[in-house]
Amino acid sequence: MARMKFLCDADRCIECQACVTACKNEHEVPWGINRRRVVTINDGLPGERSVSMACMHCTDAPCAAVCPVACFYTTDDGVVLHNKDTCIGCGYCSYACPFGAPQYPQTANFGTRGKMDKCTYCSGGPEPDMSQAEYVKYGSNRLAEGKLPLCAEMCSTKALLAGDGDIIADIYRERVVTRGYGSGAWGWRTAYGETVTV
Amino acid sequence: MTILSRLLTALSLVLALSLSAPMAQAQVNPTQSSVSEDALFQALGTAPVAGRVTIPDANAGYLIKPENKSWAALQGQTLHTLSIVAVVGMIAILALFYLIRGKIRIDSGFSGRKILRFNAIERFAHWTLATTFIILALTGLNLIIGKSVILPLFGEAAFGTLSTWGKIAHNYLAWPFMAALIMIVLLWIIHNVPNKLDLEWIKMGGGLFKKGVHPPARKFNAGQKLIFWSVVLGGAALSYTGIMLLFPAEAGTAADWQFYQTIHALVAAGLSAIVIAHIYIGSVGMEGAFDAMGSGEVDENWAKEHHGLWVEEVQSTQARNTAQVTTPAE
Repeated sequence: MARMKFLCDADRCIECQACVTACKNEHEVPWGINRRRVVTINDGLPGERSVSMACMHCTDAPCAAVCPVACFYTTDDGVVLHNKDTCIGCGYCSYACPFGAPQYPQTANFGTRGKMDKCTYCSGGPEPDMSQAEYVKYGSNRLAEGKLPLCAEMCSTKALLAGDGDIIADIYRERVVTRGYGSGAWGWRTAYGETVTV
Repeated sequence: MTILSRLLTALSLVLALSLSAPMAQAQVNPTQSSVSEDALFQALGTAPVAGRVTIPDANAGYLIKPENKSWAALQGQTLHTLSIVAVVGMIAILALFYLIRGKIRIDSGFSGRKILRFNAIERFAHWTLATTFIILALTGLNLIIGKSVILPLFGEAAFGTLSTWGKIAHNYLAWPFMAALIMIVLLWIIHNVPNKLDLEWIKMGGGLFKKGVHPPARKFNAGQKLIFWSVVLGGAALSYTGIMLLFPAEAGTAADWQFYQTIHALVAAGLSAIVIAHIYIGSVGMEGAFDAMGSGEVDENWAKEHHGLWVEEVQSTQARNTAQVTTPAE
């Protein structure tokens, strides 16, 4: 079974924000929520790099450790998903996440948090695959259709890679060897306890 | 000097460019100035990796915050274990105490005469504080141990609904709790100033462990003062940290919020354990004690045994009042 991961090759990312837009459009993400975002480090300085970041689908996910209602689960593909019916919008996962993935729509008075929303690795939620109920809560389920996450699939410079962790690590490693440099697999050490070594 | 020469110039230019191209590439070394994750982590220590984002949410600028995992481990494991130990531990201690000491009886039996201990306002403040505290403690405890106790019993859907209502109850009942907390401070703070009598009470173990031993006490003995100050200081800490948790924007950074959450959970666990002991001694643990908060009137013999000095004060005031009423005006 594949272990799905994201890898952003920051030396290729041109900060075009297409991954962000594609994600928002594909899943009809509510206003104010970004399941994916691009962060530019050393902006305007020599060595500036942009990294596209979303939920990294961690091994031993910290969000799942702090969730008071145990609404998180990890799929056979290693994707961390959650059940919005169980979520109480307490916000704990957003303070546990190292990547700023969990976000909340404002639903009631005093800015009360609604059900948490985050990247699903384009694989929906606990509802039946590709059902309307699943689409409304989590967006489309591309994985069930045999496709990879749209953000990575349509990345113009192929900076953002999605797929089995071993395969995308090999692709990245080959790139680094060929071109002679690489800024690292951003977030991997924090999410999986290991990084891609060349 | 026409087409041929132009063609030659163009060719030489292309040749020159193609020859110089590798040289130009060698001049720009992307590794030299590029940020690498490893180097950045080393330079930053435990500080988050941050940059610029084009969306309005400034927090989105944090790319990686490895420190969040420390709080996750603290909340998910340490606080979870500590809360269970505090509550279960206190219940075990009290069960053991009950088995050895049994119910603390009134040594001289019921006298049948009643004496007013807590008036309606005091009882109202106490019970508002008590009911809100119990609901807050249970809904709070649910967030810690609910997933390992209630979830397996009732299933995910019912547990989710229960926890949603629990969260709403916790958020809104915090306010009457704080109001009642202020009330008990105003009502009882004068009676809870520590004095020399408390030392004696503590030396005699409060008379809790031996039959027939009753250290002198005024309206509140040292044990009750301990409960009072635990509730007041603990309640104040819970209120302050709770407000910070309710309004995360006021709390400051995410690290500040995590700090408040940790304090909130620790104080809640400690205060819950103390209050469980308080509930025990005020109900099944001691004969005649519940009346103080139930009807407000306690048996005179109970009062003489546990609050001897207070009974004398009350009775002398009463005697003086009666004397004043019965003495005719001259």
